Amino acid sequence: MLEVTGLHVAYGGIQAVRSITFHVNEGETVALIGANGAGKTSTLKAISRVLDAVGGDVHFCGEDITRIAPHHIIRKGIALVPEGRGVFPRLTVLENLHMGAYIHNAAVDVEKDLKMVYGYFPRLKEREGQLAGTLSGGEQQMLAIGRALMSRPKMLLLDEPSMGLAPIMVQKIFEVVRAVAADGMTILLIEQNARLALQSSQRGYVMESGEITLNGESAMLLDDPKVRAAYLGE
Amino acid sequence: MDIFLQQIINGLVQGSIYALVALGYTMVYGIMGLINFAHGEVVMIGTLVTITVAGSLIKAGMPVAVAGLAGLMAAVLVCMALGWALERVAYRPLRNAPRLTPLITAIGMSIVLQNLAMMIWGRNYMTFPSLLPKMDFEFAGANFTLIQIIIVLVSAATMGGLLLLVYRTKLGMAMRATAQNPAVASLMGVNINRVIAAAFVIGSALGAVAGVMVGTYYEIAHYQMGFMLGLKAFTAAVLGGIGNLAGAMLGGILLGIIEALGAGYIGDLTGGFLGSHYQDIFAFVVLIVVLMFKPSGLFGEKTGDRA
Repeated sequence: MLEVTGLHVAYGGIQAVRSITFHVNEGETVALIGANGAGKTSTLKAISRVLDAVGGDVHFCGEDITRIAPHHIIRKGIALVPEGRGVFPRLTVLENLHMGAYIHNAAVDVEKDLKMVYGYFPRLKEREGQLAGTLSGGEQQMLAIGRALMSRPKMLLLDEPSMGLAPIMVQKIFEVVRAVAADGMTILLIEQNARLALQSSQRGYVMESGEITLNGESAMLLDDPKVRAAYLGE
Repeated sequence: MDIFLQQIINGLVQGSIYALVALGYTMVYGIMGLINFAHGEVVMIGTLVTITVAGSLIKAGMPVAVAGLAGLMAAVLVCMALGWALERVAYRPLRNAPRLTPLITAIGMSIVLQNLAMMIWGRNYMTFPSLLPKMDFEFAGANFTLIQIIIVLVSAATMGGLLLLVYRTKLGMAMRATAQNPAVASLMGVNINRVIAAAFVIGSALGAVAGVMVGTYYEIAHYQMGFMLGLKAFTAAVLGGIGNLAGAMLGGILLGIIEALGAGYIGDLTGGFLGSHYQDIFAFVVLIVVLMFKPSGLFGEKTGDRA
């Protein structure tokens, strides 16, 4: 479904991503793990067109999306949940969710999507009228994921959903991520928490200083001595 | 006592004009952090376009009401186009430039528009056609005119319309989202360029309405009139907290009232040394005091949450 070929990303003169190639099949959850600064976020930003790719290309459902306008990415069916969540702090929870549905016009369908999101995250329903900036970090993460789902995406890109959250909240968020995946969503998951990411995915890629150094089935990566030593703290 | 009430009324009228103009500054600043110093000139062009259109229609024998409405429509359309063109030509190419560059460009555009207006309309003062009947009213010892009532009502209605647009429509929600985090708004499918252009166009339309009201109120216009009006409206926006819509409205009205009271009492305060033509100093004293003691203004948010 998503095919990234020879992608190069540079950030103010620094080569953040050097010619990486990977793919995500429909219905799959794929983890991209690696240390801080390995180039994971830059990869996601290039796919979602927040950053320009210097080289290589990105195909989604067979279509070249390497150079399309940033605001068209979501119309192709890719929704990014950005690092640090990026909720609109002075919009209410409901308004944030409606922003997620910005590309859709039929109110009836938006209502249906809203029910679906509230089904995954009942907490958001309780906080509906509250300004997003007043939510806890975990609630903001729920909102960011819910907002992405409101666009009815074919694929979700999740950037560090566990970042800065208490372990109990991380568990909750990942339960929903797995539930969303079980309902058929294709997911590319970026995480520093490698164990959690590999436990929640079918396949994984390991990134190191801008390159993919290892890849395979997540279960296999979890047993790989190098991965265990470098990312699982064993 | 009656001079107090009189000046409150005068200040309210002048203040509602400031408020309309201040909204143009604050909308653009809220979305892209730019102070569009050419906005006062957009207002001026709105006034001058109305003189040309309404004036010539009246001369051609059209009823004053029709000519006035046509003048207003023409001013709004011309100013919207001008606002759009300013953004497209002068500011968009500088979107990623250091902050000082667009600011200097804004001052440059202000000079360009003034000179353009001078070339079209000449350097002399022009008479604004009387669009409304002269009627006077009295209330508790203070006098006011039909024109003053209409200015306050039209401002209130225009501002109400703006609030509906910003808080009840999809475009308004996209504008607020873009002001808070343009990168994420873009991820949601918002075309940032279009939202920024909309802020300019809407702000300019409000400016055009203000321009017509200034002309109706003072019955005189000049190619340099936008400069002082723009500076004062900018002061009003800063007073209310630049970037905040309610702040611009309240700041405009407050500034109008402060100025009017200042003009009313300056003679008494200085023992006749300074007359009411020194009223301009009050706006700038307000600006200096706000910048010294509360630079974020009355309703200002910390600038930190702008991404």
